[in-house]
Amino acid sequence: MTRPVYPFAAIVGQEDMKRAMLIAAVDQGIGGVLVFGDRGTGKSTTVRALAALLPPMKVMQGCRYQCDPASPDAWCADCRSAGKGKAVTAPVPVVDLPLGATEDRIVGALDLERALAGAKVFEPGLLARANRGFLYIDEVNLLEDHLVDLLLDVAASGENVVEREGLSIRHPARFVLIGSGNPEEGELRPQLIDRFGLSVEVRTPTDLPTRIEVIRRRDMFDRDPDGFAETWRRAQDKLRRQITAARTQLPAVTVSDAILERAARLCMALGTDGLRGELTLIRAARALAALGGDAAAADAHLQQVAPMVLSHRLRRNPLDEAVASTRVARAMEELFGA
Amino acid sequence: MSGAAAWADALQALALFAADPAALGGIALRAGAGPVRDSFLRRMRQSLPHGTPVRHLPLHIGDDRLLGGLDLPATLRAGKPVAQPGLLTEADGGVVVLAMAERVDAALAVRLRAALDDGVILLQRDGLSRVEPSRFGIVALDEGCEPEEHPPDALLDRLAFHLDLTRVSLRDMAEPPDRLATDTATIQPDHAIETLCHVAATLGIPSLRAPMLALRAARAAAAQAGRKDIAEADLTIAARLVLAPRARQIPAPPEAEDSPPPPPPEEPPADDPQPQPEQTQSDQTGPDQTLPDQPLSDVVLEAARAALPLDLLARLMQAESGRGQARSPGRAGQIQMSLKRGRPVGIRQGEPRNGARLHLLETLKAAAPWQALRQRADRFEVRREDFRIIRFRQRLGTTTVFAVDASGSAAMHRLAEAKGAVELLLADCYVRRDQVALIAFRGQDAALLLPPTGSLLRAKRSLAALPGGGATPLAAGIEAAGRLADSVRRAGRTPVIAVLTDARANVARLNGARDAGGAAAGRPAAEADALEAARAIGRSGIAALLVDTSPRPNPFAHRLAEAMRARYVPLPYAEAGALSRAVRAASAA
Repeated sequence: MTRPVYPFAAIVGQEDMKRAMLIAAVDQGIGGVLVFGDRGTGKSTTVRALAALLPPMKVMQGCRYQCDPASPDAWCADCRSAGKGKAVTAPVPVVDLPLGATEDRIVGALDLERALAGAKVFEPGLLARANRGFLYIDEVNLLEDHLVDLLLDVAASGENVVEREGLSIRHPARFVLIGSGNPEEGELRPQLIDRFGLSVEVRTPTDLPTRIEVIRRRDMFDRDPDGFAETWRRAQDKLRRQITAARTQLPAVTVSDAILERAARLCMALGTDGLRGELTLIRAARALAALGGDAAAADAHLQQVAPMVLSHRLRRNPLDEAVASTRVARAMEELFGA
Repeated sequence: MSGAAAWADALQALALFAADPAALGGIALRAGAGPVRDSFLRRMRQSLPHGTPVRHLPLHIGDDRLLGGLDLPATLRAGKPVAQPGLLTEADGGVVVLAMAERVDAALAVRLRAALDDGVILLQRDGLSRVEPSRFGIVALDEGCEPEEHPPDALLDRLAFHLDLTRVSLRDMAEPPDRLATDTATIQPDHAIETLCHVAATLGIPSLRAPMLALRAARAAAAQAGRKDIAEADLTIAARLVLAPRARQIPAPPEAEDSPPPPPPEEPPADDPQPQPEQTQSDQTGPDQTLPDQPLSDVVLEAARAALPLDLLARLMQAESGRGQARSPGRAGQIQMSLKRGRPVGIRQGEPRNGARLHLLETLKAAAPWQALRQRADRFEVRREDFRIIRFRQRLGTTTVFAVDASGSAAMHRLAEAKGAVELLLADCYVRRDQVALIAFRGQDAALLLPPTGSLLRAKRSLAALPGGGATPLAAGIEAAGRLADSVRRAGRTPVIAVLTDARANVARLNGARDAGGAAAGRPAAEADALEAARAIGRSGIAALLVDTSPRPNPFAHRLAEAMRARYVPLPYAEAGALSRAVRAASAA
């Protein structure tokens, strides 16, 4: 059952959210994206749109974990034992983890149908399906605690281990975690927030022309999804080519010592814990430079990614009136003198 | 709006909804159980095409029944997995009736929301992985009494029609005359969209779903009138039924009159962490906002204005609170799951250790499908991974209700210090992950500034914005705190009341039949009322704390605390540590 998908290129405004998604598409190692904010800002629409935008990837034919033909080190047991296989093109998986999903479907379990007949066959779960792609959890703040623990575990190790009925399966599960939610409906556990490389806050647009444009496009899409997709096909294709080009360009993007120093000083000024913030800051700046076709990461890139990399890593002072993103902006202003 | 008009609106909304329930999301119906609501539901069934599924959704439905799961008996019989559809799948193409919608918790709300948004159920349960069609509309029966009791905002946002039938009597339910469309000149779709967006902005509605749903309602109205394109009449219907009930500000009248109503205090929406500059708002609604055809917007706005909720002004005056405001009550998402005690709410895989209780039946059910595999003919084999344990929802967590005296006398004495004291207590609440709520009383009445929330930032902000001045309606303040604490208790949390006042009561309760003889003459009556309100809290057994903010300890404040069975803390002697200890002691009591 295919649902028509709203084109990514047609999303009005929400530049931060779109930028974060594109950065994650260019560098999947960025560590996931957390999208928090108002109702009705198109969080889910954007994630679904991303799925349709991503350029396809090469996978081992018949592999249930979409192993990458180019990196045998990360192959699953099946691909390893086969030694080699045919590479085929497949879409990048963007897997929904729906609320109410049970553990057996997330990590995988024995195939029920065959088990009833007395055979032990592993049926991969959502984590397997998301390997090398994206795992999307809407309302991530409402996910049950034991499932959160499980996800954190797998996200950290990049591997899913299943022990059941004497069957012991481990398979690669590297995915970009995308979480969305509304903070009014429940706060997110700090451990989970830390796992996200980027976090963006989305707000309902308040200016009338933007609002009119959102409704106008949504209405056109609702009434004629195919026609609407056709209208935006060229813009979509262009964006897709941009991602492909950025991925090619990414390894060659250079970062000067001056930029490294600025990133370090920004993190110090904000008192973020550990090195992760700094590393992600550089990584995101490089990905953004690659998206723009630039050969080197510059101040401008750093400035654009700093709020989404750092605002969720600040130590929280519950009574500090300043929103985290404002604190980041302030620190940047002091540093860059902008 | 009169009862008859509300009923006429309800029937019109129903007609639009029945044509395509899923497209309009649904109807939030605020009304007590009774003949009016029954009659509405009967009409709903009648207006749906024959055979349309209508499913009643109980409040505490489990995921297996709501979303679907494995039909175990059928599975074992057939020797292959047999799925059992969930209620939302059964309702595909029809209507889900949600009883006691004001008590729907966050978990159920998001499941409904996901189905409404996607039109399908993504089922990943019990070894099943499938996508089931699930397009339905919701009729949410809201029996809330207090303004802050209402269905979750995430749900309300997606239901096109918000009807209030609480004022409709049987007499009002005569067959309303057909509202004939007068102006049927076709309007360009773009123009219709602009008009609805403009009207929504003028009414201060932040959500983008509102104009979207209004547009769909206008299309439905046009289709119902047999027109292909939207006409002015359709827009006015949409504005009246979809936009007006969501209004958050009262639009200025079309012609500048002598004294336009003052705009409501511009407070940023709660879900917008950055204060939205007032500039933006006035830019949108100001007269310099030029649209291609201003008159149409005016006509549509006028239609919405006529349908504005009666109490909108009162609600806006009472600062931001209650239904229609963005504030969610904050109780959602704060549910404490426990493995040991509380109300059972579900089952999950896990071992019966550390006090977790084994659910025998679910464990056997979990083990059943695997027996063929385990090949033990002699006995039924249960393994560790089959263990299912019961989860409970625990009565846990404290909500501190602050009632702050912001009257002139208190302001003169030490409103600032009282605010400081509350801030200290807030920091303490944060450490303990408590929720807080804030009530302020001044002038004639008490107002709920902040419904229970875990967001300390919001609490601090509403506190900072609290103005001082006016008389001291102490009784109203204590009563409001008691009411809120009671609803907190009913929601399963432990309430603590902290009243900060100088106890110079001079306004009796509004319903007390007393003549307004000035502050001095009113004082004894006001004090008597305050004592009575305090005694009610004392009787309820809710833990309380009274911080006396007068310059010297006020004997009446002490009496009040006694009546309330509250701990009495005179502020002059209270420094941060003492206050914090006092609150902790009160909540431990």
